[in-house]
Amino acid sequence: MPGWNNAMALPVSLRRLPAVIAMTPTIFFVVVVLCFGLLWTVWTSFTSSKLLPNNDFIGLEQYVRLFGSDLWQVAVVNVAVFGLLFIGGCLALGYVLAVLLDQNIRFEDGFRTIFLMSASLSFVVTGIVWQWLFDPTFGIQAAVRDWGFSGFRFDWLTRKETAIYALVGAGVWQATGLGMVIMLAGLRGVDQDIWNATRVDGVARWRVYVYVIPAMIRPMIATAAVLLSLTAIKIYDLVVVMTGGGPGISTEVPAKYVMDMLFQRSNLGQATSAATIMLLAISLLVGLPWVIVRLRQSRSARGGSE
Amino acid sequence: MNHAAIPEGPKPRQISASRIAIYVFLGLSAVFFLLPVYVMIITSLKPMAEIRTGNLFAFPKEITLDAWAKAWSGACTGRVCEGIRPGMLNSFKIAIPGTLFPVIVGAINGYALSFWRFRGANLVFTMLLVSTFVPIQVFIFPLVRMMTATGLYGTLPGIILIHTGFTLPLTTLLFRNFYASVPEEMFSAARIDGGGFWSIFTYVLLPISTPIVIVAVILQFTGSWNDYLFALIFAGRENQPMTVLLTSIVTSQYGEKEYNMNMAATMLAAMVPLIVYFASGRWFVRGISDGALKG
Repeated sequence: MPGWNNAMALPVSLRRLPAVIAMTPTIFFVVVVLCFGLLWTVWTSFTSSKLLPNNDFIGLEQYVRLFGSDLWQVAVVNVAVFGLLFIGGCLALGYVLAVLLDQNIRFEDGFRTIFLMSASLSFVVTGIVWQWLFDPTFGIQAAVRDWGFSGFRFDWLTRKETAIYALVGAGVWQATGLGMVIMLAGLRGVDQDIWNATRVDGVARWRVYVYVIPAMIRPMIATAAVLLSLTAIKIYDLVVVMTGGGPGISTEVPAKYVMDMLFQRSNLGQATSAATIMLLAISLLVGLPWVIVRLRQSRSARGGSE
Repeated sequence: MNHAAIPEGPKPRQISASRIAIYVFLGLSAVFFLLPVYVMIITSLKPMAEIRTGNLFAFPKEITLDAWAKAWSGACTGRVCEGIRPGMLNSFKIAIPGTLFPVIVGAINGYALSFWRFRGANLVFTMLLVSTFVPIQVFIFPLVRMMTATGLYGTLPGIILIHTGFTLPLTTLLFRNFYASVPEEMFSAARIDGGGFWSIFTYVLLPISTPIVIVAVILQFTGSWNDYLFALIFAGRENQPMTVLLTSIVTSQYGEKEYNMNMAATMLAAMVPLIVYFASGRWFVRGISDGALKG
């Protein structure tokens, strides 16, 4: 056949050369762009860089300034609140929906299609729609008052104390389907003997779903939680579109802090130190548990095969 | 092991109270997920006067496509009033190569990593995996510098390159895991027949890769179409995709917002991913579970 050279005759290292060559662009990207970029950012966070990067080392001063800033403090609290409620909300609602979809119901495909639809949208789209729903003069608040409930309040977006919860609502709307699909895949893989076993013991079905099944599909729940927490820590578009960080600075988030420092305030030192903190947070929150789980998995897999 | 096809648990024979409760809850959830889309559609069809006086959920008394026309070609972003139309073309210009390149390179990577275990392959794989966790904010400024230095900043090839680079880990993972399930003998047999790196890939593996290619294409296409952050930074003024244009149209209005036009513009931006979503059906579901679970 044309092009099929006699590769077997080559020494081992040379035979694998085409694979290495084929992966060169990827290796280049990962090593040069990502590693270099990461190191550069971390290094710059220890310098006094402003508009342009410099190599004037000032130790941890940028970090001291960062954590002394009201804006950053608000941003950190916000991302924690948003993250907890968003992940919790998506997982809880997603799990309930997944369990209900797993009850041999009619129109399962139809329901699933509806629940997952928003996951195909951009956060920009989600944000604009929900901003409209939250509009105090024409949105849901006005509509419900129009129906006669004159005391109804749905003005979360315009109040400092509640604006972050409006973001959570929109986020949950967008991402619940994702968690649901992942957990549903988990439910489909659950060993069906559990139902016979628990029926013999006379355990109510809902109790099994609350106390037993979550432990059985823990890998899927963990996967969904990891994906959702990556989304939460990086949340940016939704905030820009829905609140722009306001009212005041009440919905500022770290990702927006980095962007504003980079492109509006030309403060590289602050931008890079904030980005480094985001990286640290992800490593601790997501990376560490993930590595531990992986290690345990590979150990037990090895142990099981022996 | 896999009981996926077998209906599980005790099968309820008659319609019980809990059965009704299940459907009620599912129905309410469906309303929660559909309502925003319903409001978006009807708002886009109302004139502003009706939005001011009428109920948010009310069906339009008179249906008008004015807001759609304005959103498409007349809406302003700052001083330019060209609507969202230029963004449509730009979105395609970015999303199509931004899908093809990562899928092709990801397929080659996945193949190289699963069958040609060269020295350092594991290291490369681990680094790819880890890089998916790093927040993009860490790379923004160094990338801006590198792109500026190479003249790619604010250009179409530049934004395509960025999309390709940052989504490679995902596509590589998808293909590597898919190829990991291909029997090793298939590969060894092709090797014994004298197949080289590229010929085995084209003649043996590509023909069986259709499912994973579909999954990867759907994920990639919706992902790059929906991207906002990369396009905002790297695409430049001439190449702004729909997400960026939409955001500037909506956020640059002063005084009373033209909600009907905003909703029409939003619908226009959401339309392509929605079409992909409904057309792809189960593939989208499979994409999410494949992408997430096997990572």
